[in-house]
Amino acid sequence: MNTRLSAFGPFAIEAENLEKRYGGNVVALRDLSFRVERGMVFALLGPNGAGKSTAVKILTTMTHPDAGRARVAGIDVIANPHGVRRIIGCVAQKDAVDLEATGRENVTLQGQLYGMGSGELQHRVGELLDRFQLSDAADRIARTYSGGMRRKLGVAMGLVHRPEVLFLDEPTTGLDPEARSSLWAEIRRLATDDGVSILLTTHYLDEADRLAHRLMIIDEGRVVVEGTPDQLKSRLRGDAINIQLDADALLDDALRALSTQDGRLRDLTSVGRAVHARVDDGARAVPGVLAALDAAGVSVAAVTVSRPSLDDVYLSHTGRSFSAAPTGDSR
Amino acid sequence: MSTLVMQPTHMAVRYLRALWRQPLYVVMQLVQPVIWLFLFGQLFKNVATLPGFGGVSYIAFLAPGVLVMSALLSNGWSGTLYLTDMERGVLDRFLSTPARRSSFLIGQLGYWAMLTIIQSVILVGLALVGGARFAGGMPSVLALIAAAVLLGLVMACFSNTLALRLRDQNTVIAANVMLVLPLCFLSSVFLPQAVMPGWIQAVARFNPVNWAVEAGRQSIFANVDWSIVLTRLGGLAALAIVFGLLAVRSFRAYQRAL
Repeated sequence: MNTRLSAFGPFAIEAENLEKRYGGNVVALRDLSFRVERGMVFALLGPNGAGKSTAVKILTTMTHPDAGRARVAGIDVIANPHGVRRIIGCVAQKDAVDLEATGRENVTLQGQLYGMGSGELQHRVGELLDRFQLSDAADRIARTYSGGMRRKLGVAMGLVHRPEVLFLDEPTTGLDPEARSSLWAEIRRLATDDGVSILLTTHYLDEADRLAHRLMIIDEGRVVVEGTPDQLKSRLRGDAINIQLDADALLDDALRALSTQDGRLRDLTSVGRAVHARVDDGARAVPGVLAALDAAGVSVAAVTVSRPSLDDVYLSHTGRSFSAAPTGDSR
Repeated sequence: MSTLVMQPTHMAVRYLRALWRQPLYVVMQLVQPVIWLFLFGQLFKNVATLPGFGGVSYIAFLAPGVLVMSALLSNGWSGTLYLTDMERGVLDRFLSTPARRSSFLIGQLGYWAMLTIIQSVILVGLALVGGARFAGGMPSVLALIAAAVLLGLVMACFSNTLALRLRDQNTVIAANVMLVLPLCFLSSVFLPQAVMPGWIQAVARFNPVNWAVEAGRQSIFANVDWSIVLTRLGGLAALAIVFGLLAVRSFRAYQRAL
């Protein structure tokens, strides 16, 4: 399969001012706008209830927005949902596998629903099962498959009709590390080798960091920040420095001593007996920081320096850490 | 061939294949009507001496009734197929394809129709073994099976509608259990209209189960009243269309609630 260039413009997805409410009151999306260039892996990040799933449902024509418009591969999702369905592939969070059918039967039926002819379809099904290392298990009932195999089967079904744009809803949730990295490799290959544009939602910052060309953090139905993983991390300017104080040290003394560090430390915050700050070059800054604290009579239990992560990006934009974000029903 | 025919066929094949892989379920589906036929056949053997039975043996009288009731019972599980698909995300996957919503329903109904036909043919055979005679001949037996299929489709569409709109397994099962037996007792499944209390006779007139039994029971009489057969089948067909439209609309309601 080669990179295919068809008639639509430079954007695989264009969402403009999308709004969605549930039951009149619960706002799932407010004024959400973003664009995904074709051939890109674009990650939509956010805690449960942030609006990721709602955005995906609108883009995949499963639900209507209350306001705003969206185009997928240049086709309007409201005016021409049928046209959109033909050229997108959807891989849901649930495996969406018919457990009473074999792997081959699952993928074949999916192709038949796209109206694929039997000769072409048979070839395509074999190719996909091969690609996802399911050939040996192809004629076994899917009930006997492992979680990782079912997920791969789900992705294979999403690809049977050679979609231009693929939607992956939390593709690796619940998978073991080995199955995760194997699926990551496949997703990367789809974008680079096959030129499929991919929108994926995820809970995992490391997943977005590794897979996505661009990512967008959304929270409470609106965009928090968008950019490449590197851009977002470098916007934080520098390393994170974490200082754990001794039990008898005074936090106020520590903060006073550190705030006189000629502005070298930024974003000074404290949580309990820990002080966090950002600094341009963490390793070089540590001796000065320790000297200043020593001079102020503050004893230190531990100092760590780390490169910025997407977790830090999330923290700096939402004021809470990703893992501490509220959980609940997915919307 | 056009997708209008092929897509429902692929869906029907999917269900038949799954059924084929659960032989125990198939056996259980068949054992139940056999028990009804022979247990009731024996228990009420002597009521056939009452007037109103038209001089046929009770097992002959009962056979069309049990056949109709069996169709009702098995088709009443229809909604649970969608509930399983919903739970696993399979239904959402189907709905995200460009295939028509009606294809999913028609394919599933095709499966139920085939199942009802197989079940009915086996029951007719067993009734013959048990001593029943279908004096009306082949056309009237086919009408009996058609009545069972049509009533089954009405029930399947009703069950599907409940499943798609309420999305609750317990409700769908409870509706099947709670509806089928009362509807059968308010019809001439077990006894002829002539020996029923007046109010049940009045209710039975509007009971589609009774329409199916009336149409089907003509098969045991030598002089078949085709006007009864055709009017009842017509009524059932009309009802099946109404419930079919209701079920197709329910796909939209299901998607809205996503």
